[in-house]
Amino acid sequence: MGTILQLLFTGLGIGAVYALVALGFVLIFRATSVVNFAQGEFSMVAAYLMVVFAVDLGWPYWLSFLLAIGGMALLGAVFNLGVYYPLRNRTFLPVIISTIGASIFLSNTVLALYGPQPQVLPGWFDTPGIQLGPVYLDSQYLLIIAVTIVLVAFQYWFFEHTLLGKKLQATSQDKEMAALLGIPVATMIMITFVYSAVLGGIAGILVAPVLFVSIQMGSTIALKAFAATIIGGFGDVAGAIVGGLALGVIETFGAAYISVPFKDAFAFLVLILFLAFRPQGLFGERVAEKA
Amino acid sequence: MSVEPAAPPTLSGLSRSTVGQGLYAMAAVVAVICAATVRTDGYVANILMQAVTYAIAVCGLSVVLGLCGQINLAQAAFFALGAYAVGLGTVDYDIPFFICLAGGMGVAFAAGGLLGLSTLRLGGHYLAMVTISFQQILTVVLINAIQITNGPDGVSGIKRPDLFASSQAYLALAVAALAITGYLVWRLAGTRLGRAMRAVRDNEIAASAAGVDVYRTKVAAFAICALLGGLGGGLFAGGFAYVSPDQFAFSDSIVFLTMALLGGVASPVGSTIGTGLLILIPEWLRFLKSVPGLYLAIYGLAVILIVVFMADGIWGFIARLFRRPAIAPSSPIAPLVLKPADSGAPAALEVRGLAKYFGGLKAVDGVDFTVRRGAVHALIGPNGSGKTTTLNVVSGLYRPTAGRIFVDGVDVTALSAHKRTIAGLGRTFQNIRLFRSMTALENVVIGAERGGNTQVGRGHPTLQERARAALDFVGLGARSDDLVTRFSYGHQRLIEIARALASNPTVLLLDEPAAGLNSSEKKSLHDLLERIAAQGLTILIIDHDMTLVAGVAQHLTVLNFGRRIADGDTLDVLRQPDVIAAYLGAE
Repeated sequence: MGTILQLLFTGLGIGAVYALVALGFVLIFRATSVVNFAQGEFSMVAAYLMVVFAVDLGWPYWLSFLLAIGGMALLGAVFNLGVYYPLRNRTFLPVIISTIGASIFLSNTVLALYGPQPQVLPGWFDTPGIQLGPVYLDSQYLLIIAVTIVLVAFQYWFFEHTLLGKKLQATSQDKEMAALLGIPVATMIMITFVYSAVLGGIAGILVAPVLFVSIQMGSTIALKAFAATIIGGFGDVAGAIVGGLALGVIETFGAAYISVPFKDAFAFLVLILFLAFRPQGLFGERVAEKA
Repeated sequence: MSVEPAAPPTLSGLSRSTVGQGLYAMAAVVAVICAATVRTDGYVANILMQAVTYAIAVCGLSVVLGLCGQINLAQAAFFALGAYAVGLGTVDYDIPFFICLAGGMGVAFAAGGLLGLSTLRLGGHYLAMVTISFQQILTVVLINAIQITNGPDGVSGIKRPDLFASSQAYLALAVAALAITGYLVWRLAGTRLGRAMRAVRDNEIAASAAGVDVYRTKVAAFAICALLGGLGGGLFAGGFAYVSPDQFAFSDSIVFLTMALLGGVASPVGSTIGTGLLILIPEWLRFLKSVPGLYLAIYGLAVILIVVFMADGIWGFIARLFRRPAIAPSSPIAPLVLKPADSGAPAALEVRGLAKYFGGLKAVDGVDFTVRRGAVHALIGPNGSGKTTTLNVVSGLYRPTAGRIFVDGVDVTALSAHKRTIAGLGRTFQNIRLFRSMTALENVVIGAERGGNTQVGRGHPTLQERARAALDFVGLGARSDDLVTRFSYGHQRLIEIARALASNPTVLLLDEPAAGLNSSEKKSLHDLLERIAAQGLTILIIDHDMTLVAGVAQHLTVLNFGRRIADGDTLDVLRQPDVIAAYLGAE
């Protein structure tokens, strides 16, 4: 029983990271109908920024965090202008390919600048964790779960109770109508990219002390986050969160009870099973193109 | 794969096609002879070997991405299947090279087909994701299933066939394989399957309405792509005598994709150009490789720049420069003959108790009507009354919630859209759905190709003849070789009608054909409909233009709120008070 609770806690912790990145996916997808295959690189870049500021330069953790998040906001803006905006009127295929190009560009630029050695980022807290009965609660995992809860709550308030949030929703539902109502659609999309980059960045910074900071961390996280969005129901905010958490748990139990080397394959196996048998995911509805 | 001649049997067309094939054959023979005889040092030979085997895999992408418009981010995985089949087969099991090669192609083909079968019903984003997942799973398996794959160490000492043991002879073999692959992929575009792929790429719904099995076409494209990946990989393994998992990673799939994009996705020549450049350029820029990552970073940037600035790739750009003016048909166009199938059943189309609910919304709620053979029957009603939904359920784009549909006495309710087209339904769309990258003639040829069309013989020339006749019938015969995007809105509607007519349907469904037409265009549409009806083809038309409807239709069915409120002879129905109320509001 203790082992199971322990695995559940770890699974939820790692799942929370997938959920945050998945949220970034979903927000961009809703605003632009495009899947951003470079979403995971946002996490990777943010983790490296933290390493530069907090480890290499030795600046305070909180300051490094703010600077890294600021950097991510900038990256989101540049990404929108360079990778999405020129292709906004084309079909989804060129845009997918362009974001894949961006993903390769980002990860390899970091590789060229920082070299292939994985880096270590210390956690936010000095205390490693607390023992609660049979379960050991790692402080970083606690932080991940807490921050995820706060961000999800913030996002709900922001989209449902602020004018800017409503404008963003209007943009994602019908760009032409939103534009006719005087909503600056290009600005809304810019905000979406910036916010998604920040979300991905926070996820990356949170998970970095648990994993190593490496070039590959972005693509691994992104693929799983994407799998999470499909499991939850594509384009659905709640689905992204539940899907992310579920995937983290499945993966952790799979690694513990089935096979460690094949841990990374479970997510994709679950993904393919979902696509084959329930492509609309847990929460999604079947969508049909109107004739 | 049966390859039909791509040109009409006119003298100029025939010679042009023959000249093209002759040139290709000559170039291929010269390339094979050069590969077999010109001595090169080991470095150049290796580069050539890589370029040739990669190009075969990239040709596969030109089928799936270029012809069919589907994404495949796992070509390196299919390449790996071929490579490992040859590697493990020749080394661990001592199986002859060519059997391993065929086995690898078979495994790749099956894997591609299965992957396609499980996900191609879904849209492009899913496919991108599933192919990435497949790639990742395969990499994990190659590294970790050590007993089978040797794990990260890979397989070394891979054998070549005895006849092609020298590098020189083996390279010639690979070049020959590329030449044949390129030829088949090139000719594929002009086959029935190739046309179906292009139709699917341009507009899936229109493709299924033209009788194309969209799902099967996509799966076929995907499996062919995987097959060519396996072929390239198998030859690669023999060429380098060594394979390991890191040679076939996700980044290599991206490299394949970039090669296809750079060269131009729609053509094997483009694939070869793109592959050659992306293998040579990095060799020239070898100094970049001294900094790990820099080279791939530039690669990533190049992908974005190509997509943004050079959508059709290098070959697309060159091909545009050399596009020849289309040759007008020299032979006279035969008049279009419509011979709707007639099983003897009194009704050409019968709809019984048809219902379609979207959640709680009853868009169509228990509608009955019968379209008599040879009649022009109109379905009218205010906006939102369920007309277009009825048409979409009848043509199979939506599944009915309840009810049955009979075409020429045959129950088609269980059939999918393309099978209903084959069963005799032809239709047009309210918002025009043409294959936008094709000429008017090519659009109509796809209509003419409908399975069960008794008015065309075998082979491409008779299809073209039929398509020209249909275009001539709607008054656009002189412009059949123009791209559809060059036509006015009204003319695009006529091309849609021609596409449906070319298929020789039993019943023609027209969804608001007069929408957006000016008054003279409406007049000629009216004449066109009368000429169609004169040949005995049954028409079911939806339109808001009551002058047109009252002018052509003998029979009216009126819908309101998804229910039938009137049905009968046109003049009687238009006098009924509740019809007037539904249209003009009750007093």
